Amino acid sequence: MALLEVKGLHASYGPTRVLHGMNFAIDEGSITAVLGANGAGKTTTLRALCGMVKTEGEVRFGGARIDGRLTEDIVRLGIAHVPDGRGTFVNLTTEENLRLGAYTHKDPAAVESDLERVFGYFPRLKERLRQQAGTLSGGEQQMLAVSRAMMLRPRLLLLDEPSFGLAPLLVRELFEIMRTVNQRERVSILLVEQNAAMALDLADHAYLIETGRVVLSGPADEIKRDDAVRRSYLGY
Amino acid sequence: MTRRASIGVAVLLVIACLLLPFVVSNYRTFQFTLVLVYAIALLGLNILTGYNGQISLGHGAFYAIGAYTAAVLMDRLGAPYWATVPAAGAVCLVAGFLFGLPALRLEGLYLALATFALGVSMPQLLKYHHLEKWTGGVQGIVIAKPEPPAFLHEAGLRMNSDQWLYFFALTVAAVMFVLGWNLLRGRVGRALIAIRDQHIAAEAMGINSALYKSLAFGVSAMYTGVAGALGAIAVQYVAPDSFTIFLSLVFLVGIVVGGLASISGALYGALFIQFVPNVADEISKAAPWAIFGLFLIGFVYLMPTGVAGAVRMLLVRFTRKGAK
Amino acid sequence: MDAFIHQVLSGLATGGIYASLALALVMIYQVTHLVNFAQGEMAMFSTYAAWSLINAGMGYWPAFLLTVLFAFALGVVIERVVIRPVEDAPVLAIVVIFIALLVILNSATGWIYSYTIKTFPSPFPKEPLFGNTYVSSHELGAIGVTLVVLVLLYVFFRFTPLGLAMRAVAQNPESSRLVGIRVGWMLALGWGLAAAVGAVAGMMIAPIVYLDPNMMGGILLYAFAAALLGGIESPFGAVLGGFVVGVLENVLGAYVIGNDLKLSVALGLIIGVLLVRPSGFFGRVHVTRV
Repeated sequence: MALLEVKGLHASYGPTRVLHGMNFAIDEGSITAVLGANGAGKTTTLRALCGMVKTEGEVRFGGARIDGRLTEDIVRLGIAHVPDGRGTFVNLTTEENLRLGAYTHKDPAAVESDLERVFGYFPRLKERLRQQAGTLSGGEQQMLAVSRAMMLRPRLLLLDEPSFGLAPLLVRELFEIMRTVNQRERVSILLVEQNAAMALDLADHAYLIETGRVVLSGPADEIKRDDAVRRSYLGY
Repeated sequence: MTRRASIGVAVLLVIACLLLPFVVSNYRTFQFTLVLVYAIALLGLNILTGYNGQISLGHGAFYAIGAYTAAVLMDRLGAPYWATVPAAGAVCLVAGFLFGLPALRLEGLYLALATFALGVSMPQLLKYHHLEKWTGGVQGIVIAKPEPPAFLHEAGLRMNSDQWLYFFALTVAAVMFVLGWNLLRGRVGRALIAIRDQHIAAEAMGINSALYKSLAFGVSAMYTGVAGALGAIAVQYVAPDSFTIFLSLVFLVGIVVGGLASISGALYGALFIQFVPNVADEISKAAPWAIFGLFLIGFVYLMPTGVAGAVRMLLVRFTRKGAK
Repeated sequence: MDAFIHQVLSGLATGGIYASLALALVMIYQVTHLVNFAQGEMAMFSTYAAWSLINAGMGYWPAFLLTVLFAFALGVVIERVVIRPVEDAPVLAIVVIFIALLVILNSATGWIYSYTIKTFPSPFPKEPLFGNTYVSSHELGAIGVTLVVLVLLYVFFRFTPLGLAMRAVAQNPESSRLVGIRVGWMLALGWGLAAAVGAVAGMMIAPIVYLDPNMMGGILLYAFAAALLGGIESPFGAVLGGFVVGVLENVLGAYVIGNDLKLSVALGLIIGVLLVRPSGFFGRVHVTRV
């Protein structure tokens, strides 16, 4: 059974509809990429899953309906969302940001070991522990955002444009880490990206969306070979 | 409603207003005089808060300045009562404009705060002992009741002073409302509303928002000051403790209940703040304010356009039915 | 000189009370970006509750604690029932709601307790402490209570997960939801805490100004001035602002403008700060975006 199943998902900001009946699914333990041009509705798709916009249609997580529920309740079911713009608490320290990620876990010992685990992936953050998060570099803030999401110990991690504003080398490093996280911790990942080439390298499965609809889907290797995708999104 | 019918209703209303003091008691006449006074003040506050979106929680202060201007002119300088009304308007126009200049830089909440502070500290300023020989300090000033002018008597019109005061207030109110109507229905009114709703866009369209905003403050204070002068003459007494922050809040109640950004709303609001406390007072001294508070909440939640909005809606429904 | 020291010290005592109320205002401002005009009346209402308890024979400190709890509940209920439905309404609507709360609490108190002025007990001895001649025990005690409240709040916000969550909500509600914080309840909690702090301020000022439904009008004004002086977004600034306003009020009242114009100090400060330095001394400058 799919971990996340979406059927006929519509979403709108006020009177403007952005998603028009999306259908897709994410398998447990997989990495899924959602590709599309600017304004295709990638960010809105992630926001819709977390109840951050008004939606219609059906969203099932682990078999149970989650559409129409409060964002905080959806998060508590184990969906961590690294939002567009990273959502850093800029006036708090790095450590406070991380501890907020574990807000729903009450066992202090477990939180400490989660912190150590996250530092294993991102040792740089450990050096910045007492620093105000707003003063971190773009790359460090992105690591912080991913780490904060991981502190939730999620079953599904939603990543919105993690490559945005990062140097290519850093992106590669980050994507490597995401692959390790996915394999070692059995976290399913839904990745929204404009950088299609990198995303397709990382992902098992991919969806291509245009103006709020899924227009193509399949295993990442197949999508990579698709002529239309190559021309419009991969540029070769 | 057809055009002829609305003219008919308007004529009936005017006749009713003219006959009113001859059919009700002197005390009621006095109360209706106060309704007219409040209506002017509410129109003033509505120009600022309703039309221009600048929140004032301290308009009682301008009412107080108007009232004291009238009282000091009459009591200390022997000015005739009718002359004090325009004088109070002029003083408040200047005072409002001056307060409005710095207020320009304050957005919604902060302006509310600054005007609230003005409203709260007004009584203390009026009691200030160095001004005592003008203001009468805590005691305030007692004003003589104006008598109906001699020419009325000679013309054979018998009128007592309450009735005369009512007509005096009615005349002033009519002038102020006609002026207000002309001001708000035209270019100026549209500019004020544009600044309220989209101040940056308004600026981009070439509206000098700084000028309009301080002008709105001045004109608004002028209206309230005129009302204050009339009120002082009607009540024949001014004292610092009649002008506490609660007076400013009464005005706020008036425009919210009557209808924000509505000229007729000022009249509905005035009727409300004059007569509802009278009824409520019989329950308890605190009851009027409890009721005011509940009405404020009720109107914000359920009827944000106030009584004027409801009346407009009823009229529309009524004319549609009539047309069928 | 003695008289001057006396003025400064009793300024610090009332300043501490302004600081508490200013802190309450800042706490609500931080999470909602609104200034609660009813903060003073909420404190006044709670102080009357304390008076009832003490008059019913309860000891001062149990009554004090119970009142703080009552105020907390009052704040939570007001947020959930009255403020929540207008959260996204225009500023004017929200200001009107605050004013409605102010007059309802004021008149409810007048209705229940009448408008006659009542005395309110002080928990501190009548004789001055340590034989000093400068400052009464109540004033010293009030400073002490204020400091305890401030330390408790600091510890709560700095070192507890809940305090951290509240700071997070104040800063970034959307991100807070994404880590599973129930933002709605944090706002209610913020209101509760603010009301509780306000209640302490009310109980500390009541022995000085006496109990009456309008007792908080002026004090709220000083608290506004204090919060603005420190920067309406800075809890630390609000506290410092409170003490500064308290001392200024007393010293200016005694030596410069006379006691009968004290409130104008607050008016002048409010308008002055808003014009000269709207962000206060510790606030950040905000840029309006088109």
